[in-house]
Amino acid sequence: MTPDRWIVTIAGIGLVAFIIWFFWLKRSTGARATETSGGYQEAMILVKGGYTPDTIVVRSGRPVRLNFRREETASCSDKVIFPDFQKSADLPTGETVAVELMPKEPGEFGFSCPMGMFRGRLVVE
Amino acid sequence: MNMRTEAAIPDSQSGGLPTGRESITLRIGGMTCAHCPPAIEKAVREVTGVKTVSVNLATQTAKVGYDPAQAKVSEILRAIRSVGYAVGTATMRIPIKNMHCTSCATRVELALKMTPGVIAARASLAPNAVDIEYQPERTDFQELRRSIESSGYRLAEPKVKPTDETLDPAEAANEQEYRSLMRKFWIAAVISLPVMAFSYPDLIPGLRDWMPMGSDTRRIVWALLGVLSLPVLLWSGSQFFVGMWDALKHRAANMHTLIAIGITAAFLYSVVAVAWPGIFPDMALAEVFWDVTDVVVALVVLGLALEIKAKGRTSQAIKKLIGLQAKTARVVRDGKEIDLPVEEVLVNDTVIVRPGEKIPVDGKVSVGSSAVDESMITGESMPVEKQTGDEVIGGTLNKTGSFRFTATKVGKDTALASIIRMVKDAQGSKAPIQRVVDTVSGYFVPAVMIVAILAALVWYDFGPEPRLIYATVILVTTLIIACPCALGLATPTSLTVGIGKGAENGILIRSGDALQAAEKLDAVILDKTGTITKGEPALTDVVVTPGHEENAVLRLTASLERGSEHPLASAIVKGAEARKIELADAEGFAAIPGHGVSGRIDGHDVLFGNAKLLRDRGVPADALLPQWERLANEGKTPMYVAVDGRAAGLIAVADTVKPDSRAAIEILKGLGIEVVMLTGDNERTGRAIAREVGIDRVLAEVLPDDKAHEVQKLQLEGKSVGMVGDGVNDAPALAQADVGFAIGTGTDVAIEASDVTLIKGSLMGVVTAIEISRATMRNVRQNLVGAFGYNALGIPVAAGVLYPFIGLLLSPLIAAAAMAFSSVTVVTNANRLRFFQPRRTGS
Repeated sequence: MTPDRWIVTIAGIGLVAFIIWFFWLKRSTGARATETSGGYQEAMILVKGGYTPDTIVVRSGRPVRLNFRREETASCSDKVIFPDFQKSADLPTGETVAVELMPKEPGEFGFSCPMGMFRGRLVVE
Repeated sequence: MNMRTEAAIPDSQSGGLPTGRESITLRIGGMTCAHCPPAIEKAVREVTGVKTVSVNLATQTAKVGYDPAQAKVSEILRAIRSVGYAVGTATMRIPIKNMHCTSCATRVELALKMTPGVIAARASLAPNAVDIEYQPERTDFQELRRSIESSGYRLAEPKVKPTDETLDPAEAANEQEYRSLMRKFWIAAVISLPVMAFSYPDLIPGLRDWMPMGSDTRRIVWALLGVLSLPVLLWSGSQFFVGMWDALKHRAANMHTLIAIGITAAFLYSVVAVAWPGIFPDMALAEVFWDVTDVVVALVVLGLALEIKAKGRTSQAIKKLIGLQAKTARVVRDGKEIDLPVEEVLVNDTVIVRPGEKIPVDGKVSVGSSAVDESMITGESMPVEKQTGDEVIGGTLNKTGSFRFTATKVGKDTALASIIRMVKDAQGSKAPIQRVVDTVSGYFVPAVMIVAILAALVWYDFGPEPRLIYATVILVTTLIIACPCALGLATPTSLTVGIGKGAENGILIRSGDALQAAEKLDAVILDKTGTITKGEPALTDVVVTPGHEENAVLRLTASLERGSEHPLASAIVKGAEARKIELADAEGFAAIPGHGVSGRIDGHDVLFGNAKLLRDRGVPADALLPQWERLANEGKTPMYVAVDGRAAGLIAVADTVKPDSRAAIEILKGLGIEVVMLTGDNERTGRAIAREVGIDRVLAEVLPDDKAHEVQKLQLEGKSVGMVGDGVNDAPALAQADVGFAIGTGTDVAIEASDVTLIKGSLMGVVTAIEISRATMRNVRQNLVGAFGYNALGIPVAAGVLYPFIGLLLSPLIAAAAMAFSSVTVVTNANRLRFFQPRRTGS
């Protein structure tokens, strides 16, 4: 192999390694929902290219209110779905939409847009 | 009437309240039973500061004495709502113009709070609106508007925005998005044409001579093309970069990432080729790919625009439902007829409906009669006759007569609002089949990027010359042909159309799970009473002894039974009325419990009841016994009639089969589904009905509590079992079944235990539900096979796998077209489901 081939090959493999590390080997610790006087565990989630924060930590047995605010117009994210809770909500751009859930048992419950491009987790302790 | 409640507080006390105490009377909705008042009282008493509370079931009110220093009205209201009752307040959101500062908001709030009847007002700057909670019997929209205007602010729009279930904003946003994408497409398309022509001068004879390879003319023209392409990249293609960047912040990748990298790679290569052609070892390598950038942007943007349009069509069913909601209602208040926005109609209001008008909310007819077209809710095309006491459904169309009705459900409690909510939730739910897709799509985009890089490396290292160009084209083509959107759209679009189609036919499918499960049913258990049969007895046979005439015997019996409250009595009276027999008045009517009734009509002594009654009175009736046995064997309930001490005949009543039950059962069997009948009645009655409708397997004498057990037994045979029954008595069995079909009636649509609710009480609904489920799941599979297949074939071909064998290499332009239209194809295929037609009986 000629030197230019070596350089390009090494660069390409390095790029592949970077993609694997960047997209697949991420760990997010998550944000803990704050408790309100009304007994709700509340968290604000920004919907823009993804969910920020994408991991919400709550305690079981108490109602959870997640306030989604969508600040983009891409059609994929116009809805959020909690398959484990059989719940979904429309997210009009620029409006804050509250989704209320009652996690009874500890565990990890995913939520996503209908196409599954945006994903988040609700961690119930 | 609940005596305990009444006794709790003597009325005199409310007159002489001690200081520090106020009293308020609240109207409460949803109180139907005697145990409701104690539940409300208990909840209200737990509010600190509440001294006394008395709930009156008859007037549907609660009188609460409280200390205003400790308790707020809003807390009391919340307590009542927390135990599940609607309290007589309404909420309204009014948008306000030019409310910019916190003090402005406070001013508006204060003005409203001073208005009598307003319980709470909260103004916020973010949506620039005020949310008002008020007692509609004390104030109305006009009053609230005056209060707001008195504080110096104006309403942003004259019309009141309904509090929920409006699709308009989302639709408007979609429309705007569509127009913006189309603008981007046209710019990109117009620029693409000259760019394409001048990018391949060697193919066009005139241009080849005018701008030969390596000439300055060619460099200058290409540089100009680059400048021309810049707006396409940065403006038309802007959403790809924004989308990529937003996702990258979350360390995620999506379709935008692929397109953005692809078009940037093509663009940068071209920039280098024009600016520093010298660095390429061969002049032929100094090619430009402006056309790739422009055409890819144009096609993908067009694809996105078409996708938005097509996706909008998938939710047409729900738009139709939302469009059914009436805007105004004519209500009687204080003896006057007034037109009100439908949001202000309250439970117990009297509403007037004229011919051709929409019925605004759910209720019970109080005066008048009419025919009502309920097809939009129930799917039943024949208009339904409505008389005093009948339920009417909000959103349906009054055809012939005027009537008044008492509102029973308003706002978000109406059948229509529940249907809309259920359909929306169901459309947003996921079918289990989607789980596979979700797992794949999580890895899809980075995987495509890796494949593209590796393919480009292989082409660079081992490919033919010019290697650099081939590697670049391969990289760009592979990135662009991959279409994660087609995968992601495959299931949800079909589900949306399928569930919407169900709603159009009066079938509410609760979730994607239910839809998928309904496809695989092996057996369906039908509850007899109310499901196969009408659930109410009707007159079926009149048998007379020689010397008596049928209609005369029926007339005497019906006249006698008119005084009875027995459920069978009304069947006989209705039967007589159907034969246009005029009834007489009975004298000396007496009911003999466990035996029957007796009385005197037109001078004849009439006895009506069982064999025991006749025996006790010494009337011989042995001659009628064979007839009695024949009728009993047919599953009917025959009873003896005696006139003036002699047996006159038999009158039989029975629960009759719904007209289309037989046809529906036949179709179910034709679909390969085993049909089983379940009944609490005895074997003989059950068999008789089963024979009539063509069911072979009967589970008779099943106690109500054992129904779920019977479902389970069938499941243990390894079958996937559907259960059809009413939502109340059969709830455990419906929940146990793989798919529970609840037969709904009238406005009661939100049946919790069921997976599927059939608004129209016909068994054809079960057939339609199963057929919709089969059609939808077939559509989902087509979409998934198409989307997976497209990517599984397209990506390797784009990577150049076929080149060594047949020399096939895709152009990035073809890849862009394929990618753009793959997702449009998926959505279009889902839209085909809109043409699904339910079977009609008799066809």
